[in-house]
Amino acid sequence: MVENNKYNNKYNFAFIDESTKKEIRRKLLKAVAIPGYQVPYSSPEMPIARGWGTGGLHVTLAIIGKKDIFKIIDQGSDASVNACNLRNFVQSMTGVKTTFDTSEATIIQTRHRITEEELNENQIFVYQVPQPEPLRSVERYENKTRQMHGEADYAKMWVALYEQFVSHGDIMLGAGYPVKVNNRYIMAPSPIPRWDIPNLNLSKALHLFGAGREKRLYAIPPFTKVEPLEFDDIKFHIEDFKGSACSKTGYKKAFLDEMYYDDGSTNFVINDSNFLDKLSEKEQPTQHENKYINQIAE
Amino acid sequence: MNILEINDLSKVFNLHILNNKKLEALKSINLTVAEGEIIGLTGKSGSGKSSLMKCIYRTYLASGGQINYKSINGMVDLVTASDHEVIELRKNEITYCSQFLSVIPRVSAVDVVCENLFKVNADKEAARYKAKGMLQQLGFPAELWDAFPVTFSGGEQQRINVARAIITSPRFLLIDEPTASLDPKTKDIVVDMLLDLKKHGTSILCISHDEYTIEKLVDRRINLHLGEILNLN
Amino acid sequence: MSNTEDNWLLKVNNLTKIYGDYTENSIKNTGPKFNSNICPETGSIVACADINFELYPGEVLGIVGESGSGKSTVVKLLYFDMEQSLGSAFLKPHLDGLSNILEESNQKKRWIRNYLMGMVYQNPRDGLNFKFSSGGNIAEKLIMGGNFHVGNIRNRATDLLEKTEVPVLRMDDKPASFSGGMQQRVQISKAIANNPPLLFLDEVTTGLDVSVQAKVLDLIRELQQDLGITMIVVSHDLSVIRMLTDRTIVMKNGRIVERGLTDQILQDPQHKYSQLLVSSLL
Repeated sequence: MVENNKYNNKYNFAFIDESTKKEIRRKLLKAVAIPGYQVPYSSPEMPIARGWGTGGLHVTLAIIGKKDIFKIIDQGSDASVNACNLRNFVQSMTGVKTTFDTSEATIIQTRHRITEEELNENQIFVYQVPQPEPLRSVERYENKTRQMHGEADYAKMWVALYEQFVSHGDIMLGAGYPVKVNNRYIMAPSPIPRWDIPNLNLSKALHLFGAGREKRLYAIPPFTKVEPLEFDDIKFHIEDFKGSACSKTGYKKAFLDEMYYDDGSTNFVINDSNFLDKLSEKEQPTQHENKYINQIAE
Repeated sequence: MNILEINDLSKVFNLHILNNKKLEALKSINLTVAEGEIIGLTGKSGSGKSSLMKCIYRTYLASGGQINYKSINGMVDLVTASDHEVIELRKNEITYCSQFLSVIPRVSAVDVVCENLFKVNADKEAARYKAKGMLQQLGFPAELWDAFPVTFSGGEQQRINVARAIITSPRFLLIDEPTASLDPKTKDIVVDMLLDLKKHGTSILCISHDEYTIEKLVDRRINLHLGEILNLN
Repeated sequence: MSNTEDNWLLKVNNLTKIYGDYTENSIKNTGPKFNSNICPETGSIVACADINFELYPGEVLGIVGESGSGKSTVVKLLYFDMEQSLGSAFLKPHLDGLSNILEESNQKKRWIRNYLMGMVYQNPRDGLNFKFSSGGNIAEKLIMGGNFHVGNIRNRATDLLEKTEVPVLRMDDKPASFSGGMQQRVQISKAIANNPPLLFLDEVTTGLDVSVQAKVLDLIRELQQDLGITMIVVSHDLSVIRMLTDRTIVMKNGRIVERGLTDQILQDPQHKYSQLLVSSLL
């Protein structure tokens, strides 16, 4: 029998069928056109459960091409179980080259962190988002939150921040601090630490957010103004590591993980695994710069 | 110059709930008050004196005729003036002092007296100071100044009522039985206060049964009988 | 006297609200003459119709009537809590009174509500957010008015609570733990937080104990004296009207049956229904 390998593939390139990919891309274009605005989308079925990164995966698979170089991190680490599983999946569905090196990648998918190394104009950053609606904590009805976004009526969000300040002496949000995009929409940046928030502002890269369970996409185009919500007298601040340094490299100006050992001792290590590797190899990666990091003493 | 000119004023009450019974209170009233004049309105009980005063103040809606009042800004017919115009006049020019004190139970004597000053945004402390001075003049001991007038005797209430009306030095004062429940000494004090107002330019229309008050106070007397003016002198 | 005629604050023309399908006859065949709000042809309910009045700065206007008279409807329409069927309203501070506020976009309406109006409801749950502290509720109004300085917000909230005699120590407590009278006073603080030129009070003391009612009314009276705010007071209780208002509108079956100075309405009511109301004073 004459063999034809062309149609032997069990799956379409990047798993999702072409019509659905078109739909996702259309919605992404709309999201890019309206920075910070949540666009509803089809959120098709995936071979992984909701809550495990389907949103981010939808975005990646809709935009990835044969020449792309793909990196994926989970809480800053390339080597965690979920990152590895998703990397293997994308690799087997597309055949693209994968990498741990931030500067080499063209598409970077992330769960809950932005890389320490600066992103450039050739890169797209894709976020996995659990809850895309920043107002959900103050308003449980979807029709009301949509109206609030439509009319820019964000008073309830501000009062919630005020109440936190009054009860606790400071705004308590650690991860996923709400931001105002392009002076218009309030957006949930996914549960990234405060440390990463200033790096969204005027970034050179394109940032795309996918929430699979909630079926929403949103985007921050390059060089867009992104400001954390702050009062005139109660200002935003990043995490304070109180002068601690990474135990492996001695570096102080990165987001640190606190490690616990069986003997009860603790020390700090840089969270971003690729950044840590590069510093350990005595390379000089270009880090994101912002006024908050610059204030940390050497 | 006349501050008030009343032409052919009539007032009929139409009581729908008493089967549309009609009560004629004023028949055809013509009178004038010159600027700076004190007019005394006399007559038996039920002759229409209070009704006439209330028509001028717009508490009663006249059934016919005109009440031409010379305000600072020009002539106004109080019968047809808008509610807004009347409110402004009551605030700035015309004061009415009824026969009996009607007051919110929880306001102190001092604050009752300077109520009308508060309405025109006067300095509160200065107003209260003036009120206390007046209360002292009228024979009120200091411990009563913060008490509630609702607990006072008839005579005491009447003095508060008069003080409240006089303190703003209105341009035109309508006052009903200012000395009715007062002893001779206090009567004199009140009459002197009213004469003092006249000296500063206030025109006064005053209802009184008391011959002594009428003698000492009024320039001219108008007598009402069954809703009509009987004789003028 | 005509030089004062141009400085009105609020003008309402032909304000009408009808529930259901209606025709011209719906308005013609309902009202006090028919003793009914319901159109005999279409079954639609004429909650209020032909409502016209003017309000001048510093005045307190009372709207009195029994249940179903339409008095609360008028205020709800002006506060944008519901949409009108017909009619217009003009507020001087908004575009010099040249634009019908009832036809503005939602965003503009929100602006007008935040900067030019205050509202106190009968039920504190309608005016307050019980999930926020009482200070937080006042903060909400201040934030909507463009204040983003926490220190200033707290100072202003403290002032307002002191003015309305709510213990300042309870500023960070939630209103659910307050008595009814205190909840109303927090609502009043919130309503006047941005110094609005116009304040609506909708049956604010109905349902409160008499002593509490007295305190709240005294407070409103004092605020009116101190701040000179223009107010519309809706009540079915004539003694509230007597205590607070300069002018009154009497409503029955959705129409105005009489209007005038408050003392005139109380001492010399002209319309049959007004006479009935006044004679019903306990």
